[in-house]
Amino acid sequence: MLKIDNISKTFNPGTVNEKAALTNLSLDLKDGDFATIVGSNGAGKSTMFNAIAGTFIVDAGNIYLDGEDITFKKEHVRSKVIGHLFQDPLKGTAPNMTIEENMALAYLRASHSSGKLFSRISSKDKARFREQLSLLGMGLEDRMKNPVGLLSGGQRQALTLLMATFVTPKLLLLDEHTAALDPATAEKVLELTKSIVKERGITCLMVTHNMHQALEVGNRTLMMNAGKIVFDTSGEERASLTVNDLLEKFKVGAGEELDNDRVLLS
Amino acid sequence: MSGIFTVSIFQSALELGCIYALVALALFISFTILNIADLTTDGCFTLGCAVGAMVTLSGHPFLALVAALISGALAGFITAFLQTKLGVESILAGIIVNTGLYTINIAVMGFSSLINLFGCDTIFSLGKDGVPYMIFGDWYKVITVAFIVALIALALWWFLGTTLGMSIRATGDNTEMVKSSSINPTFTITVGLCLSNSLTGLSGCLIAQYQKSADINIGTGMVTLSLAALIIGQTLIGNKGSTIRRILGTILGSVLYRFIVAIALRMSVPAEALKLVSAIIVAVAIAAPYVRKKAALKKREFVNYRDNREVKENA
Repeated sequence: MLKIDNISKTFNPGTVNEKAALTNLSLDLKDGDFATIVGSNGAGKSTMFNAIAGTFIVDAGNIYLDGEDITFKKEHVRSKVIGHLFQDPLKGTAPNMTIEENMALAYLRASHSSGKLFSRISSKDKARFREQLSLLGMGLEDRMKNPVGLLSGGQRQALTLLMATFVTPKLLLLDEHTAALDPATAEKVLELTKSIVKERGITCLMVTHNMHQALEVGNRTLMMNAGKIVFDTSGEERASLTVNDLLEKFKVGAGEELDNDRVLLS
Repeated sequence: MSGIFTVSIFQSALELGCIYALVALALFISFTILNIADLTTDGCFTLGCAVGAMVTLSGHPFLALVAALISGALAGFITAFLQTKLGVESILAGIIVNTGLYTINIAVMGFSSLINLFGCDTIFSLGKDGVPYMIFGDWYKVITVAFIVALIALALWWFLGTTLGMSIRATGDNTEMVKSSSINPTFTITVGLCLSNSLTGLSGCLIAQYQKSADINIGTGMVTLSLAALIIGQTLIGNKGSTIRRILGTILGSVLYRFIVAIALRMSVPAEALKLVSAIIVAVAIAAPYVRKKAALKKREFVNYRDNREVKENA
């Protein structure tokens, strides 16, 4: 489904701030794979996501999605088939627009809606939005005329998740999307993520700093360090792996920096 | 009030308020919705005025409105093109186009800085000779411009609720989100600026027909004056709330601003001073909430200081 072939990206080349964020990174994701990604801060996890989503064009290498070379495709073109959630719940929604308006924008991804520039939200659309929102179990279906800015972070993130998967994407990128939420809400959003991804068979990549999650969620675990994937496990090997094993690998990969790093355990 | 206000002053304030409301709506689109400081306005207003005057002069007052609309949209397109395709900062893009337009405008006016439309048919003169005057009497001008503004406001409200309109609103609200919703911000910014400047152009044309003249300097300071109207409207209505409410607030702001100007003129403030007065209104309106907050904080700080000193003295 997703094939990353030897991509590299260096920020601020030729300056004192030069930073090789991705170095010859390769990855092959099969259709329906749900891979978790761990790695210390600065390992290149978010940069890899941004490279896939098209926030910037990679310096070298190619990215293929579903057999199509998307290396030079613009971000808004890729976003038709790639859903991207960030740690910051404010990033995925327009705060001054209502819930139903946000949903309508997400629905633009559907290929048949691209010709309808001048259509307004119909009652049929509203019924569909309402039905989708009720799946969240947060009562948002009764607040469809409220601006999204009034929602809590957890509600906004759940809404963003719904919007990203409203039209089933080929690939879903989850960049620590539960990290800014309180534990109960985080749990709820994660459960929701798992059920949506499973139900629709979406190919998915999820960054997490929670080692339990890294091993329990999905079917594959990747570890990144210094702009590369340094460890890749799935199947039986993954099933027999403990959090301690993973931490050991993490220490080997990250070296001494580890002691100073934030949240590793939970 | 009746001492200061005569019916005709009331009428002309309403007329001008409605005509300039189109520029305020243009800024509502660019400043408020798209969150872009588009400084094309001054030149674009004169462009609409010049193009409108020339077409009116050739005997087509209604075609003039369309021509001014299109010329404004073109100016907006160039500003949008500079900032989305050529990487020019949005403020700079507006200033560049605004500067260039001076030459274009004077060329459109046949290298003369003033065009007179006396004796030409305008939508107002046609109204006076036709049905509107028979029905509304002296109010026919007010009715004409109010009708145009109502039409535009309605169309704008409808448009902002369409898929394209919502995409434009989202572009100003959260660009990141727009990109990840498969909307091309280059496209939405371009459409938004074309739309906004077309309204400015239309307003320029209406002023030309209303004053029966076009002047190369007529647009000077227009962005500030209209910003004053926009801010007055937002202060009264609030910049949250439904789209229709905000559109009506903007129009109301523009009309109120013209009343303020009319009162100022009536109180023999010289016409030349009006731009200074407008600039002060804008500065005060924007600064007021900030200063009020600061003052409240200073007050608390002072009370705190005094209390601490009392405690110390008593000890």
